[in-house]
Amino acid sequence: MAGELTGADRRDAGRAIDAVWRIESARVIGGLARLVHDIGWAEDLAQDALVAALEQWPRSGIPDNPGAWLMATGKHRAIDQLRRRQMAERRHEQLGRDQERDPAPAGGDLDAQLDDQIGDDLLGLLFATCHPVLSPSARAALTLRLFGGLSTAEIARAFLVSEATVAQRVVRATRALAEARVPLGVPAPDELGPRLASVLEVIYLIFNEGYAATTGENWMRPALGEDALRVGRIVAELLPGEAEVHGLVALMEIQQSRARARQGPAGEPVLLLDQDRSRWDRRLIARGLAALARAERLGGMLGPYGLQAEIAACHARAVTAEQTDWIRIVALYDALVQLSPSPVVALNRAVAVSMAFGPHAALELVDALSAEPLLAAYHLLPSVRADLLTRLGRTAEARDELVRAASLTQNASEQRLLAQRAERL
Amino acid sequence: MRFMMIMMPNVPEEDWAPTPEAIAAMSKYNDELTKAGVLLGLDGLQPPATGARVSFSGGTPTVTDGPFTEAKEMIGGYWLIQARSREEAVEWATRCPAADGDVIEVRQVYELSDYAGPE
Repeated sequence: MAGELTGADRRDAGRAIDAVWRIESARVIGGLARLVHDIGWAEDLAQDALVAALEQWPRSGIPDNPGAWLMATGKHRAIDQLRRRQMAERRHEQLGRDQERDPAPAGGDLDAQLDDQIGDDLLGLLFATCHPVLSPSARAALTLRLFGGLSTAEIARAFLVSEATVAQRVVRATRALAEARVPLGVPAPDELGPRLASVLEVIYLIFNEGYAATTGENWMRPALGEDALRVGRIVAELLPGEAEVHGLVALMEIQQSRARARQGPAGEPVLLLDQDRSRWDRRLIARGLAALARAERLGGMLGPYGLQAEIAACHARAVTAEQTDWIRIVALYDALVQLSPSPVVALNRAVAVSMAFGPHAALELVDALSAEPLLAAYHLLPSVRADLLTRLGRTAEARDELVRAASLTQNASEQRLLAQRAERL
Repeated sequence: MRFMMIMMPNVPEEDWAPTPEAIAAMSKYNDELTKAGVLLGLDGLQPPATGARVSFSGGTPTVTDGPFTEAKEMIGGYWLIQARSREEAVEWATRCPAADGDVIEVRQVYELSDYAGPE
């Protein structure tokens, strides 16, 4: 047998190995990070293991437990590097002892312990990649790279930046974590709240990048939404006692359920109330409602994500737009405004008020918001005002507001939609 | 992207009900899919003996009650998963604790947008 692999063989093997990497990389990096106490170093070791896999597996086949293979390869390399660097003897010896002590999984309690360890490693990695010392965009890039297993190229395409930019963000982020001496691992119970909030913020940021682009022609990049959902679901299994995690997952599942209805045939955005509900994915809605039920079963008040998910659920449960329970939505916004007193939330509440109680009541609320500096450049404020004015028959003013709204957004699809509304007046 | 993994078990009708060990192993596998955030749904199907086949010929349907002795492959159940590539879906399928002779067929699910037509 000649033994030389064809280019096609290598490409097929490469794609299969990429798939394994996407499944295993977070665990491998997380496990190595626990051993070497350094995220950047752990990532390098994991990448080296991947290189070794790409060299050996096309010929030998993908091993039965590829995650364990990658982990063991990374660990051996770590020990080599430690030896060569002549670092603290104790750490080297400890690693050597860990390596000898590692038994093969034998079932029962040991399986559970290993599961717990893997879970903690994953959480430790995620809490690190989402550390508040990093900027939101750095957190997003690092999380997608190390936890989501995406390549720099994929992240660059998703965020519409160059690969070099993403690579730099990742390098600077790992360096910043090292310099800040961020301790790795699951945060202590008294820190868990804010740290978890940071994690959820990053996941939702990634989801929203997929859900609506703020610039450019493409209104949606759905693959990114799926990535965010996947990460969210993973966290829900790792922290099943945290209601807001289930709340965020519920929100994302339900919002994702509308993905096929949010665009018209020409790629133009379709507003929620105008969407063809037969295009809503009922399976994702069911998953969202189930996640929401998990949040509620944990007792206590719902947090911001849980409340937003409840609002999304109200829409999801309405068979037609006319059957929407707007009164309930207003009540949910009342609660949300208490927890997240942002002008954007207040504006969304005004829209719900207009549906439940009529445009007059809502216009008062919106006019009060016109003075908000945070909304000065927010195109949805004049857009909402235009809708209310239209319903009150004040079409000239409505048209002015639509023109103003169009000037405040860079999204070409949004601009077209606003122009169409103005024409119809 | 979504994929369906269709399980076609190599079991005779009498052995349709799985052993406790098989159930435990499959449960663990389903947990892995859930923990990885990729499982969207799954179902197991009751034995063919309790089912029916509707076949079509000359515009008329003919109903045949199970068991279907001539059938080479029978469907035992399915998983619906989310994956970023066909390779990832296949990799998940290879991890199923299937028995000798079992076959899992992996098929990508059409998204609504794939049925692009006049709106």
